Amino acid sequence: MSVDFAVDRQAWRHLADAQVNVELDTGDMILNLGPQHPATHGTLRLVVRLDGERVISADPVIGYMHRGYEKLTEFRTYPQITTLINRIDWLSSFANEVPFLRGAELLMDIEAPPRAQYIRTILTELSRIATFMLFLGEMGLQVGALTPPFYGFRDREHVLNLIEAATGGRFHPNFNRIGGLKDDLPWGWINECRSGMKVVLDACNTLEELVAENEIFEARTRSIGIIPPDVGAGYGVSGSNLRASGVDWDLRRDGKPYLVYPELDFKVWTHPDGDSYARYWVRLQETREAARMVIQMLDRIPSGPIMAKVPRIIKVPEGEVFVETENPLGQMAYYVISKGATGPFRVKIRSASFSNVSILPWLLRGVYVPDVITILGSLYFILGDIDR
Amino acid sequence: MPKLPKPKAPGLIGGLGVTFKTMLKGAVTVQYPHEREDPPTRARGVIALKEENCTVCMLCARQCPDWCIYIEGHKEKRPPRREGGRERTVSLLDRFDIDYALCMYCGICVEVCPFDALFWSPEYEYSEANIADLLHDKEKLGEWMETVPEPEPLEVGAETGKK
Amino acid sequence: MMQFAVDVGWGTILAIKTVVVLAIIPLGAIILGYTFLLKMMAHMQSRLGPMDPGGFHGWFQLFGDGIKFIQKEDVMPAQSDRRIFAMAPAVVVISTFLVFLVIPAGPDLVVSNLDVGVFYALAVSSLAVVGVLMAGWASANKFALLGALRAGAQLIAYELPLLLAVVGVVVMAGTMSLQGIVEAQQNGSIFGWDGIGNPFIFGQIIGFVLFLVAAQAELTQTPFDMPVAESELVAGYMVEYTGFRFLFFFIGEFGTAFAFAGLAATLFLGGWAIPHVTDPGWSNVLGPIVLLTKVMLVAFLMFWVRFTYPRLREDQLQAVAWKFLIPIGLANILITGALKVAF
Repeated sequence: MSVDFAVDRQAWRHLADAQVNVELDTGDMILNLGPQHPATHGTLRLVVRLDGERVISADPVIGYMHRGYEKLTEFRTYPQITTLINRIDWLSSFANEVPFLRGAELLMDIEAPPRAQYIRTILTELSRIATFMLFLGEMGLQVGALTPPFYGFRDREHVLNLIEAATGGRFHPNFNRIGGLKDDLPWGWINECRSGMKVVLDACNTLEELVAENEIFEARTRSIGIIPPDVGAGYGVSGSNLRASGVDWDLRRDGKPYLVYPELDFKVWTHPDGDSYARYWVRLQETREAARMVIQMLDRIPSGPIMAKVPRIIKVPEGEVFVETENPLGQMAYYVISKGATGPFRVKIRSASFSNVSILPWLLRGVYVPDVITILGSLYFILGDIDR
Repeated sequence: MPKLPKPKAPGLIGGLGVTFKTMLKGAVTVQYPHEREDPPTRARGVIALKEENCTVCMLCARQCPDWCIYIEGHKEKRPPRREGGRERTVSLLDRFDIDYALCMYCGICVEVCPFDALFWSPEYEYSEANIADLLHDKEKLGEWMETVPEPEPLEVGAETGKK
Repeated sequence: MMQFAVDVGWGTILAIKTVVVLAIIPLGAIILGYTFLLKMMAHMQSRLGPMDPGGFHGWFQLFGDGIKFIQKEDVMPAQSDRRIFAMAPAVVVISTFLVFLVIPAGPDLVVSNLDVGVFYALAVSSLAVVGVLMAGWASANKFALLGALRAGAQLIAYELPLLLAVVGVVVMAGTMSLQGIVEAQQNGSIFGWDGIGNPFIFGQIIGFVLFLVAAQAELTQTPFDMPVAESELVAGYMVEYTGFRFLFFFIGEFGTAFAFAGLAATLFLGGWAIPHVTDPGWSNVLGPIVLLTKVMLVAFLMFWVRFTYPRLREDQLQAVAWKFLIPIGLANILITGALKVAF
């Protein structure tokens, strides 16, 4: 038996050390968090070197869910690609479609009619709410509370129902078309959406009371995983994670104008602390802000067509375009190169989670194992968004 | 230095209140096999096929992003409609299979169909124990035609009169 | 002493009582598991919980789970220390069983009325940590090892506040025998009014809260559930256990919760005693029902907290114990002692 043990042990060493260059000292323990671990939202693997419960180094290993979307897009037509990119960040699929479609529209010099723009913006904000509702609940689970995720799921259901009633798909709407939308809103949707937003605002209050105001939650998240603004920006962290570090940067307001955001009146929330609590707090406020934005837009939605004049067979003229938008998880960007065919020549996808996760080795140094989970949870990544 | 929970803790009490109130409020669960929710009219549940409209043009099979539609057909001569007219050629469908194990439910096939042969139905109860059984043929797809709902009216301000 | 069984030897009586207690552990675990884990938690989360098994609100669910666990294959990790791995769940359940021996459910319904009942109960309840450490070590799994070490540190730290919380009661009752404590509460009076006796919760409210907090930590329930912390350590020391060995842990967990709720009910809420009912026959019949009601009340509090709060971190947990609970417990003893002397 001892021989077996030795052999197995060697094999195990070899596997665990694949990603970290460990010297020959064996005093530390190497813990493999993931790829199947409840806190990694899927298949992120973290190779963590531990001294007791303190993390010496952490190395994220990604790629377990790589689906090669950048390559796949080269062999699909533009309408087909919309289906595919839905699946990059599957929680906010609609928001994924927008930048790509906008890139194609810019190349073709088409502008979607105002009603379509409004509906697009509403659905983008709805998917932002849906994403953040899940986060607000799930973050409770990361620190060990069993109940908040159920509240998050319960009230997100209203938002998903709205998305489904309008687009036909709960998760993968595939509702955008080049030049507009597939369909107009169904009868009675605007009123339903108004009551849905009330539910969302209530749920925010509930979750704030249950999670954010809880002293144990504060003790677990305050001054944990602090991202200084310059380091965060250096690693390419974006979105709420960066805003929680006090960087007042939101592409909806500061980027090239897209959709109807320039016409809207909204506040960009920031928090000076940059810790896990700040990230929770910023997302909580952004959920509320998004609900208020939706209500604002519902009041002003113009009437008119939802499709611009588009040729039946879509051929995008030659050219290159870079489009970036503020997605729920952060900055999402597409660089589309077209050679005049029905499909793009090359698409580069810049997804938010990939950059957000790349700060982990820096951020996790020196924290405790339970804080690893809190930090992972508060960074809020989607595996599909990392691996693409 | 981590902050410790204060000994006096109103936030902790508030949390207890939230769960207690929820406990008294009653559940939101739908006990699925006993009661069921109706999906919205637009829900993309399953693709139904109206066989007589299909002209075997293969547009859907070509546009499908993961090529999960299998079509075979043949042409037949039919007697002319009027006396002395030309003989007609009709395309007949031999096989129209959709592999729902591959289908991504994007709806491109329904949209590109020029002859309105494909429809979305909100029907969703067609799970199978075996993945191979998810390949449904045209008879099965035709049965789902009954579940296709009427298109619903559009919201105020929508431009009507076009598809 | 035994009025209804004069001709039966004490050995037989002991055997009967032991069998009854052995039956009560899984039964208590199932009652708590069903009422709180399945149903109360579900309703707190806007769910219904199991509804179908058994017909009426899924009451058969846990029995069914038990049957399922027994049928499962007995899996042992290849590199585990097999004997210790197999023994660990038994140690946990035995510790629960030993606590049950001294909790009285009526004037005669107790296996052994020890003079040092409180002391004994708290002592044997901490035996569980040995089982937990064994499980974590023998599993040959890093998550299990981390969980077991956390459990060891935590259970030792919270033994002390638990003890300090109880000392106040012992001072007030003047005895360490659980029967004596129950009688002291039954015969006591609150400022001369003896309508409901004198449940020590009124005098020892701080002790009661301390006891619940420390018991929560002893039971490794949220907010002190780091040893099993499912979002960090997957399932901690239980991670490699399946089948009936896991069932043992489950029974141990909820059985211990039942035992601690019973202890709290006995120490602070008056136990089985019904004020002004002194006839032992009636007390023997009604006592278990009264005790069960109180147990459910205490367990409701414990599980309510469990399903609402997030968990602390390991160092914060230690800080809570040493910086808050123990000083408060000591002060409580001081005040209790001073008042005891004064009145």
